[in-house]
Amino acid sequence: MTDTKKTTRQVNVTSKTSVSVLFAGDSGDGMQLTGTQFANTVAVRGSELNTFPNFPSEIRAPAGTIAGVSGFQLQFSSKPVYTPGARFDVMVAMNSAALKANLKDLHRGGIIIAGTEGFDEKNLKLAGYPEGANPLEDGTLDNYIVFPVPVLQFTREALKESGLSSKDVDRCKNMFVLGLLYWLYTLPLEGTIETLQTKFQKNIQLAEANIKAMKAGYFFGDETELFANLGRFDIAPQKQHGTYRRVTGNEACAIALTAASKKAGLNLFLGSYPITPATEILQTLAKKKKYGVKTFQAEDEIAGIVSSIGAAYGGALAATNTSGPGLALKTEALGLAVILEVPLVIINVQRGGPSTGLPTKPEQSDLLMAMYGRHGEAPMPVIAARSPVDCFYTTYEAARIAVEHMTPVICLSDGYLALSSEPWEVESPDNLADITPRFQPARKPEDAPYLPYKRDDRLVRSWAIPGTKGLEHRIGGLEKQNETGNVSHDPENHELMTKLRAEKIARIADTIPLQSIDNGPQKGDLLVLGWGSSYGAIKTAVEQALEEGYSVAHAHLRYIHPFPKNLGTILGNYKKVLIPEMNSGQLIHLIRDAFLIAPVGYSKVQGVPFNEMEILAKITDLIKEI
Amino acid sequence: MTDNDTTIIASPVLTAKDFASDQEAKWCPGCGDHAILQQLKNVMPELGVTPENVVFVSGIGCSSRLPYYMATYGVHGIHGRALPMATGLKVSRPELSVWVATGDGDALSIGGNHFIHTLRRNPDLNVILFNNEIYGLTKGQYSPTSKIGLRTITSPSGVIDQPFNTAALTIGSGGSFFARAFDRDGKYLRSILKRAALHKGTSLVEIYQNCPIFNNSAFEAFATLDTKADNTIYLEQGKPLVFGKEKNKGIRLDGFTPVVVDLDKEGLSTSDLWIHNEADINKASILARFADVHDKSEEVVPRPFGIFYAEERVTYEDALTAQIRDAQKNGVASLEELLKGESSYVIK
Repeated sequence: MTDTKKTTRQVNVTSKTSVSVLFAGDSGDGMQLTGTQFANTVAVRGSELNTFPNFPSEIRAPAGTIAGVSGFQLQFSSKPVYTPGARFDVMVAMNSAALKANLKDLHRGGIIIAGTEGFDEKNLKLAGYPEGANPLEDGTLDNYIVFPVPVLQFTREALKESGLSSKDVDRCKNMFVLGLLYWLYTLPLEGTIETLQTKFQKNIQLAEANIKAMKAGYFFGDETELFANLGRFDIAPQKQHGTYRRVTGNEACAIALTAASKKAGLNLFLGSYPITPATEILQTLAKKKKYGVKTFQAEDEIAGIVSSIGAAYGGALAATNTSGPGLALKTEALGLAVILEVPLVIINVQRGGPSTGLPTKPEQSDLLMAMYGRHGEAPMPVIAARSPVDCFYTTYEAARIAVEHMTPVICLSDGYLALSSEPWEVESPDNLADITPRFQPARKPEDAPYLPYKRDDRLVRSWAIPGTKGLEHRIGGLEKQNETGNVSHDPENHELMTKLRAEKIARIADTIPLQSIDNGPQKGDLLVLGWGSSYGAIKTAVEQALEEGYSVAHAHLRYIHPFPKNLGTILGNYKKVLIPEMNSGQLIHLIRDAFLIAPVGYSKVQGVPFNEMEILAKITDLIKEI
Repeated sequence: MTDNDTTIIASPVLTAKDFASDQEAKWCPGCGDHAILQQLKNVMPELGVTPENVVFVSGIGCSSRLPYYMATYGVHGIHGRALPMATGLKVSRPELSVWVATGDGDALSIGGNHFIHTLRRNPDLNVILFNNEIYGLTKGQYSPTSKIGLRTITSPSGVIDQPFNTAALTIGSGGSFFARAFDRDGKYLRSILKRAALHKGTSLVEIYQNCPIFNNSAFEAFATLDTKADNTIYLEQGKPLVFGKEKNKGIRLDGFTPVVVDLDKEGLSTSDLWIHNEADINKASILARFADVHDKSEEVVPRPFGIFYAEERVTYEDALTAQIRDAQKNGVASLEELLKGESSYVIK
């Protein structure tokens, strides 16, 4: 690009391994778009990347207030990164509320780029600063490197001849900031220019204005003396050559269901009801009609799962997605799926509870509900995803288990994974496990009667779908006689069926991989046992602790019910076991119950993910006690 | 209504017996459900369907045991949820003939939400609503169709809830087909079931069904020989609304108000009467209100039986299939394309 060669003076460029950036502003400031564009640019360049958006549950909270702050955090790096960063190195604060809400998570000595117009008297008041106080002027930011930039003024100057309305001009200010950050991190503008041209192809004027504002930001960096001491930074891209895409956890779940249906040769049916933060799964699948995907936006959560059970009965790969309150509503139907023994994938994207709780914030507090939240004894497999990309593999595995073991499977994600994104090397269809439905073939009149609840050696019954001649049979929620499936109230039979249903799930342990140690020694002082989205924080903390010479290992569970067969042995190989969870201690219950050991729990129930520093501190404390 | 439903395959050799399962019906002796079951078995061969292509879906309640007694596929689900289960099945397998057996408690109380939403979506389901105006399986509590004043174990001083009017609810919810039949009138019931099966869309058939144990004789006025003729009117497409033992009474529309007239006394001919048109939603709405008129006015307006309303409208599954076909007009997308996505990038 010729324009950026306009540089007139030499500015020092410093190499860094990784940087964590927060774009924060008012909900209306376009910070999600800015963050996403920045993430795309570094991803396409080949950086390692992890992103996390953080926005209020209100669509438009009062402008200028803390409640209205919307943030997009990302970490990009020359080496693999598993979190958006425990603290950020750079914060863009478009207004005083954004600064106030996020300052505690900025590294001491970190960089603040402040849009000065967001620090006027009105904004300071809305953010709750005392009268007369202005953090940009009163010394409260002395421990940071602050760059006050009149973003709005410069954007207006740059676009004064654009012919756009003043409202449209002002809306381009996020692109000015983006351009400035591109300059600061020596990043190219082309990708965003192309995106803007496509996005606004019906309004070229708007596309040109956004591009112009972005370039103005870039040139501002170039021309101002403001950054003379700081200089610019370069985070060298290190990614192996290959084809990549960036996915969020929710997108990955949707792709996995579609992929599993293709691989299994089944039609995909999703019965769903919109709920934060799970809705993108429905939205993504609604756009997958060219793959034959059928989505059904039901009248409520119950109809969502029950329609899926109907589709599963008919031979589809059926799924439903929800979050905690929705899972609660689905529990009666889960029991039906258990007794019918039909395949069904339930994706539960956990959020803070109870009740409406913290709809936009993550928590791992539905684990025990996933395990036990049904009337009667209704066991079903529970598996959990650890990262946005892993949402693909875990959901795919949920579909495989459901179809091959004729059971509902709960696949746990959470609000953190749902919205976070990371690059994913495009997967080859050949690498995906086969999924083989066990359809019962048609029966001739002279053949033996069809027994719907006859089981194979894994205790799995066959899938006899309507339309198959000779297999007409009636099943339902009433207890059924072993093998025939006829209604039975016989006491011994009920006990037998209860045991068979439990044993069928237990035997899935024979078909899943053994638990592996993610990092660290096979025996040692401390094992950090995690599940779900805390993977990145634990991984990073354990890496750090190992570098510091501690005897610590990390194992991360995908299979929670049933547990991998070697889990007990692994737990016995360490002096202590630490279980960090974003709840008051749920996996720890299951571990104690299954293995009669006393792990150390570490709870965080703040609607905010663990960060690596917290876990590292806990690791070192515990090892010092040994 | 279309008579060329693609799910129907000619199979002239089948009889009612071919649709009877080996399970003995466990309803009380004298229960209206036995008669309804018999007519369902009778009508199946007339539809030309084969047992493997028929599915009966039900919720919970006496009526919901029905699938066990049909030699077709059957799923007995959970209380109130038969309609979404049937919808999921029909949407994923449009070629099947899907039936729903439900009751006034199952469909209109716990399943009320599913009832209204299913009707507006119009999947091609045949819904048989057994209305006995009582909860039978839980032993005699009042239901959402119980009449005001009915004394039951949970309404010892009499019901104070306004009952649902199934016909008005169906039409108000955007249902495309509503008919009413009666358990005791087998031949007529069978003809209605046949029309319901042939209707493409959600066919709602309300069957007045006697519960001899907990709400005996709830529909007696429409059943006994001396009162039946004056209390009932059988709707026939294109025919005037005539009733009475002597067929000398009729219904005339005075504005939007139905008026009972005596043809002989008032010197009217049948051509002066309301001519039934099942395609007319406004007339269907007035017919639906006949039950309320019956309860409130001095004058007895007869209770209509037959097909109130039948509208040809695209079914949910056909509309969805059309969207999928449209999305696939350049071919079905591959797994490879799915995994690659639309915004992949290459690192060299």
